Amino acid sequence: MNMVLESTANLARRRLKARLFHLSCMALTWLCLVMLAVLLIHATRQGLPWLDVQFLRDFPSRFPERAGIKSALYGTLWLISLTAAFSIPIGVAAAIYLEEYAKRSRVNSLIEISLANLAGVPSIVYGILGLTIFVRWLGLGRSVMAGAMTMSLLILPIIIIASREALRAVPDSIRQAASALGATQWQTIRHHVIPSALPGILTGTILALSRAIGETAPLIMIGALTYVAFVPKGPMDAFTALPIQIFNWVSRPQQEFHELAAAGIVVLLAVLLLMNAAAVIIRHRSQRNRL
Amino acid sequence: MAVQTQTTGSQLRRRSTRRWQEHGIKGLLFLCALLSIVVTVAIVAVLAREAFTFFRSVRVWDFLFGTRWTPLLEPRSFGVLPLLSGTFLIVVGAAMIGIPIGLASAVYLSEYASARVRGIVKPILEILAGIPTVVYGYFALTFITPLLRFVLPQTNIFNAASASIVVGIMVLPMVASLCDDALRAVPDSLRQGAYAVGATHMEVSTRVVVPAALSGVVASFVLALSRAVGETMAVTIAAGASPRLTLNPIQSIQTMTAYIVQVSLGDTPAGTIGYQTIFAVGALLFVITLVANIAGHMILRRFREVYE
Repeated sequence: MNMVLESTANLARRRLKARLFHLSCMALTWLCLVMLAVLLIHATRQGLPWLDVQFLRDFPSRFPERAGIKSALYGTLWLISLTAAFSIPIGVAAAIYLEEYAKRSRVNSLIEISLANLAGVPSIVYGILGLTIFVRWLGLGRSVMAGAMTMSLLILPIIIIASREALRAVPDSIRQAASALGATQWQTIRHHVIPSALPGILTGTILALSRAIGETAPLIMIGALTYVAFVPKGPMDAFTALPIQIFNWVSRPQQEFHELAAAGIVVLLAVLLLMNAAAVIIRHRSQRNRL
Repeated sequence: MAVQTQTTGSQLRRRSTRRWQEHGIKGLLFLCALLSIVVTVAIVAVLAREAFTFFRSVRVWDFLFGTRWTPLLEPRSFGVLPLLSGTFLIVVGAAMIGIPIGLASAVYLSEYASARVRGIVKPILEILAGIPTVVYGYFALTFITPLLRFVLPQTNIFNAASASIVVGIMVLPMVASLCDDALRAVPDSLRQGAYAVGATHMEVSTRVVVPAALSGVVASFVLALSRAVGETMAVTIAAGASPRLTLNPIQSIQTMTAYIVQVSLGDTPAGTIGYQTIFAVGALLFVITLVANIAGHMILRRFREVYE
């Protein structure tokens, strides 16, 4: 009798503990949502009063009420276009080689190892690399070109990894069917594998580019943090970018500039949200078409 | 007959050009893949070259174990320990925030949550992971620091605590998603076996599922902390620029990454010892993150329980 009572009490205690554990895991998970909400609300509340058409059309200024992000917006646009032009072809090509052609060999396993490590190298180290090779050795100076090349190296591993996953998801039966009809390997890849992996590749690429838009440290390293009150006219011009402008404003002590930074952050997050939405829509549509 | 030979001839020719084309394309694709080795070698070469020049004027021992870091002011001193202790403070703080919340979210997502809740929480974690670090820096400086100063008035404006909190929020999604993958890879038969002997839901999660996925869980911690070591913008904005050998989180400190940014913002001319310090510090940073990443991947591969 006593033992039964004891075990019932024990069971009740265990059940209570299990209940508390469940609740605390749930609470900690929803805490993430709360943090995200607090972050967004805080930035919006600080930045919204400054956010108007004037803010988008003005150049940066010493006077907060006249400061804007025109040069930063154009700089980011230039930077991302060039980065996309460099990194997408190379990244997708590397992914195709690794997934479709590569056999087990020493070179290929070396490629795999360096790829895994490159994905974990801190972005600021890419900045040091860009500063030494592109800005100094190649003499590109503090130009959009140098920035885009540095950024391309940074997001290349992300694009390669995402594209490989997309290629791996293409069923082998498609490749075999194409080969059976006499297509060469490249014809198979060009006409069948790439089209059916395209949504996955696009999604990964958009996410990689959105990472590049927010990346600040490598650009500071190559010296993009300067007062730029013009729109870059060509790839060799000096530039500033949205996150750089935000950093510039955050690092000033005046409250007004912090609020300007918040306004810049709202614009930056809006751009990123649009890109993410695009990625989600592409993923969603391709999943629907597959059925 | 003659006509037939002609067609076979042209067919053959076409076939051989096509074969060359195939080889050319394969070679081109291979070169693109080879770029990853080139970049790795370039990183090592660039860091090593300038770091070697640096170590010609500063002894390695003085660099690694010196306790004063004043490379840009007289009297110059090149002890990297203050920068290391700053980085260490940030990593420990980030671990205290990111690991428990990340793991708890992963347990909740994989063991408790319905498909609908997963559909809501997963995108939230993705958004948290996608927010640029400069935004986190702003958040730390203008929201968390005032909050900390409200609770502890002696907190410096720039302090390690506030930066490490946001770095923790930053690495949290990584911990959560890697742990979630690891927990979901545990076969259901293990869970059912534990339920069959009378375990509660919590006991199943903490004593069966998490231990079974331990390699993935530990690897996610290591990889997340390596990310925290290399984090740059949030610590530059919120943690300050005063290299100080301290473990007090409410003081202003400087991390390795923040120091590199500080030098590149200033006008230190190339070729001087001040300029070479960023390569020495960069090399140290690269080695630390490399070792952590390799360790993380090894834990993942070596100790992975393989379930059929």
